[in-house]
Amino acid sequence: MRLTCTVNGTEQHVDDVWEGESLLYVLRERMGLPGSKNACEQGECGSCTVYLDGLPVCACLVAAGQAEGRQVGTVEGLADPESLHPVQQAFLDAGAVQCGFCTPGLLVATHDLITRQGRPSDAETREALAGNLCRCTGYEKILDAVRLAADRMAEPTAGGDR
Amino acid sequence: MDFLQPATWAEALEAKAAHPDAVPIAGGTDVMVGLNFGHLRPARLLDLTRVADLRDWQVADGAVRLGAAVSYARVISELGDRLPGLAMASRTIGSPQIRNRGTVAGNLATASPAGDAHPALLAAGAGVEVASARGTRRIPIDDFYTGVKRNAMDDDELIAAVHVALPSGPQQYSKIGTRNAMVIAVAAFGLALHPDRRAVGTGIGSAAPTPRRAPAAEEFLAGELDSSGLWESRAELPEATIARFGELVAAAAAPIDDVRGSARYRVHALSVMARRALTWAWADYRNSANQGA
Amino acid sequence: MSTPTRTPTGAPEHLTGPGSGGVGDDAQRPDGVLKVRGEFAYGSDLWMEDMLWGVTLRSPHPYARIRSVDTSAALATPGVSAVLTADDVPGEKVYGLELADQPVLALDVVRYQGEPVALVAADHPETARLAASRIHVDYDVLEPVTDARTALGHPTWNQVHDSTAEVTELSRESAHLHPEGNLVRHLKVRTGDPAPTADVVVVGEYEVGMQDQAFLGPESGLAVPAEDGGVELHVATQWLHVDQKQICSALALPPEQVRLTLAGVGGAFGGREDLSMHVHACLLALRTGRPVKMSYNREESFFGHVHRHPATMRYEHGATRDGELVYVKAAIYFDGGAYASSTPAVVGNGGTMGIGPYVVPNVHVDCYGAYTNNPPCGAMRGFGSVQTAFAYESQMDALAAELGMDPVELRCRNAMEEGSATPTGQVIDSPAPVAELLRRLEAMPLPAASGDGEVDLRDMPGGVSNTTHGEGVRRGVGYAVAYKNVAFSEGYDDHSTARVRLEVVGGEPTATVHTAAAEVGQGLVTVEQQIARTELGVERVVVHPKDTSVGSAGSTSASRQTYVTGGAVKAACEKVREQVLARAERLVGRTVPDLRLAGGSVVSDSEDITVPLADLLGDDVLEATLEWRHRPTEAIDPETGQGFAHVQYAFSAHRAVVDVDTELGLVKVVEMACTQDVGKAINPQAVVGQIQGGTAQGLGLAVMEEILIKDGKVRNPSFTDYLIPTILDMPPMRIEVLEYADPHAPYGLRGVGEAPNISSGPAVLAAIRAATGLPLTRVPVRPEHITGT
Repeated sequence: MRLTCTVNGTEQHVDDVWEGESLLYVLRERMGLPGSKNACEQGECGSCTVYLDGLPVCACLVAAGQAEGRQVGTVEGLADPESLHPVQQAFLDAGAVQCGFCTPGLLVATHDLITRQGRPSDAETREALAGNLCRCTGYEKILDAVRLAADRMAEPTAGGDR
Repeated sequence: MDFLQPATWAEALEAKAAHPDAVPIAGGTDVMVGLNFGHLRPARLLDLTRVADLRDWQVADGAVRLGAAVSYARVISELGDRLPGLAMASRTIGSPQIRNRGTVAGNLATASPAGDAHPALLAAGAGVEVASARGTRRIPIDDFYTGVKRNAMDDDELIAAVHVALPSGPQQYSKIGTRNAMVIAVAAFGLALHPDRRAVGTGIGSAAPTPRRAPAAEEFLAGELDSSGLWESRAELPEATIARFGELVAAAAAPIDDVRGSARYRVHALSVMARRALTWAWADYRNSANQGA
Repeated sequence: MSTPTRTPTGAPEHLTGPGSGGVGDDAQRPDGVLKVRGEFAYGSDLWMEDMLWGVTLRSPHPYARIRSVDTSAALATPGVSAVLTADDVPGEKVYGLELADQPVLALDVVRYQGEPVALVAADHPETARLAASRIHVDYDVLEPVTDARTALGHPTWNQVHDSTAEVTELSRESAHLHPEGNLVRHLKVRTGDPAPTADVVVVGEYEVGMQDQAFLGPESGLAVPAEDGGVELHVATQWLHVDQKQICSALALPPEQVRLTLAGVGGAFGGREDLSMHVHACLLALRTGRPVKMSYNREESFFGHVHRHPATMRYEHGATRDGELVYVKAAIYFDGGAYASSTPAVVGNGGTMGIGPYVVPNVHVDCYGAYTNNPPCGAMRGFGSVQTAFAYESQMDALAAELGMDPVELRCRNAMEEGSATPTGQVIDSPAPVAELLRRLEAMPLPAASGDGEVDLRDMPGGVSNTTHGEGVRRGVGYAVAYKNVAFSEGYDDHSTARVRLEVVGGEPTATVHTAAAEVGQGLVTVEQQIARTELGVERVVVHPKDTSVGSAGSTSASRQTYVTGGAVKAACEKVREQVLARAERLVGRTVPDLRLAGGSVVSDSEDITVPLADLLGDDVLEATLEWRHRPTEAIDPETGQGFAHVQYAFSAHRAVVDVDTELGLVKVVEMACTQDVGKAINPQAVVGQIQGGTAQGLGLAVMEEILIKDGKVRNPSFTDYLIPTILDMPPMRIEVLEYADPHAPYGLRGVGEAPNISSGPAVLAAIRAATGLPLTRVPVRPEHITGT
């Protein structure tokens, strides 16, 4: 089947999509956007977290056809080519990136969390990110990164978008 | 594989009538796992996410009519006070990403004994509105679960909505998992006190071939509350009553040993959860009087 | 020396970006920007025009004879390009890290559930899966052997201690899973009095379940056929050259025709030291003449890599009444599963370090590795030391209880220190601050008691599942200390190769570091840059892609890469520096003793000399390639285990604080504290990251992680039922990093990655014991163990 949807603000058309494919597969293998990761393909790890019409979801659990006409946002769309989004920069600065396989999903989930809640408490952060498994960091530096990003995004003079 | 994408409820029912083998998909949190791992190869998928009616909820005649495609996240954020037990259960489901997509109707369609919504629906005494091109009918939740991952729906039917009465008393929900988040229930328990009809509702998950109530425990507790005038006095519950309630809830289970837990543990955990849930619910009931509710 | 580098709360203050980016700085990873942009190419992200998808057909049986394989229906499936079986393996049909005993594709017998039987390449993964399902394999199903002691013919512990029982012979008499019998290795440690006695004796039996590495990036890679008849393989792995050697053997091709490049690796933790899809993708690419991508899904990943050995252990500790250890006897059984993998080395670690970092005059250890029909087990972070630490630290707590002593006091009284001898007769010749690690933990403040103020479910055992508001909850505190060897041991020729080039690019002096050392997430690429910056005084350091066009770097395992490849990079930089300084001296026309490289120039402090490298080098390129070795270790005596087995030891200790719902058996870890000696923190931020991550994996094994196997079959090959800690399971940490230099190691550094993975789990177990008063001799601890159900 043919699929048309908007990904990171750009309309995308792909043909010959098998109806059993997930949005994750289409993004990675057909649209050249492999940033969203394929770690479990059963909604248990959050590595494929993308925005679907503004809500963070596991792209592995969205049937390709369900994305028809929808707005999809992936990690590739968080920043512009010249600079990083404050959430991305905070993950780097805090040392929250090791192997990085969980990172794209965590960035989208964190972006959503801070957008909704501003400066979440640690408990709120933990509950909000409980669906994003990380095997390398023990999560401490991810919490550091969330605090750092939230602080920077709350500063009125911060460079990044708010 | 065909991908059917009806735009209206009428079209959806027509499609299901024409293709009873079509697998409905909404949040995709069960269906897509089957597809991704090759365990499920349906001839057709029937996507329900375009049917706007299914995404609505309304309150009428003292009950919430929860459209089949309302996500768990919305149950939590929009219906926490109207469906407290279901909202507590929803908070334990999967991850935020899953709760943004998954639906109560999906839980019902899959009818896994481990589905998190079931104990809350059983305790509250919900009804499932199912429809087909032939018409609409209401299945009481007690009659809905017919076997392991089987339900009372016909092949041409779809879930339209779930009807849950507004609470007249406190509700509680507890779930055991071996991780502190994002975990399938080892055992779960839902409790609803219904002072309006002087009744008690219970629901047990992951501890029998189907989700089920604990009727003996309900009758025992309702009887105790009645005979001792506790509905009115809101006095403290006797320890013995709480303990007996726990025992009767546990006795209603018929669990198995599996990778998630032993049968013995499930029975034990149910008795503990039932005692604690009753303690908390009764404290709420007493407090609600003090606050002059 | 020791400074606390991290406290548990509050936003970090030190996040001011990279300093000079040299040794000792929190330099940022060179791959970081790509990773946060989603542009870093992991193995599963690779894509080529016209590529095919490869899939693997695996055995559903743990033990079966193959009568026949019929691939005709699969081959007839439209879209399929190739279907291969063992007959299509042109070279050696078996491979292995230490022993070549594992078939590339099943021969006549399958020995574990999930053993690869056949391969398919097709134009879409769904087509390939469909075709694989059409391959008909006729199995004669056999009764599996699923217990290590049964496999070895040691059904009872008594037999273990019967000195007349000759293990190798016994194993030959039991079920023959392999032609040579079921014993992979038996290591003996014998020192002191063979029949010691003591005032106080504590005996315990312990069990550790099978843990999975659970790296998030699945096994994956892309094989591209080359014009010279060879193949290029881009793969996520831990050791390119050992892969290459095994692939060459299976393909019957010389190394020049099997060229490997490291693809992005989504975590490893030991699970990528063995081959997975490597040979398979190459076979399919060579057969079809097209690029072939293979990428396991999560279920296949559980069958596609080795796991941590489950262990059963019996320990006997004897001590004087005042708490001095007199003897330790131990029998340790590792279930190696169907093929050897790295079982011999795991047995080596389990046996030589099996009594922990304590001084004990009389030691009698038997450590066995067995073949069974369970999934193959091999390398995982902590490698043979994780299992024994649960046993010996539990024994220390039991002994302390028996003696009425404080558990930390007992440990400190018997702690190793520099100059102590190990049970294998090796004198520790660098700092071993075992007691200090424990004392520092003890001095750290404890977290606030639970139940103060309003209940937040997220702080409770069970979390938002709402199982307790404080009912049944008891707090416990536990300590553990552990040690582990760094780098490869027992006489292995452990080395790494580095090529360093210095040139001027775009007017800027630029160093390029080329090694084959696998970056798996730990940050070795950062360390390589830091070392080059420090040694060559340049800011711009390019890390060349990791491939086999340079010599072997050895494995990214055993906490060894910063030591060994770091050592190689440092040495290669020194060689380049010699060339630069010699050239500078030629330029100035005389010998200047204190010439050095800094800020992109050759400078002298004693004389006013500043020669920019841009001027000195012009268009010239200075380069050095060298192999670097740590000081040699030696094989141990097969009868006594004595010998200089290990080049370096890493030490860490943990304190765990837990809240246990004792009625429901649910655990909330409230805080983890860790002290570790790292010799020298090359990148302090990365060191702390290793400690935090290792701690989480140890915590996971203590309370939730286990591959459950019944009759040889895996019952939970998914992230739905194989649970790893979430951010709600991992508590805040307190960490103190100590830096006591090891005089034998580059910069005095000590390998970091594994030690915290070893001491964390036993501390959690001890804390749960403290909270419950139960003996708890098995991990992971399940609610059933706590509730007696």
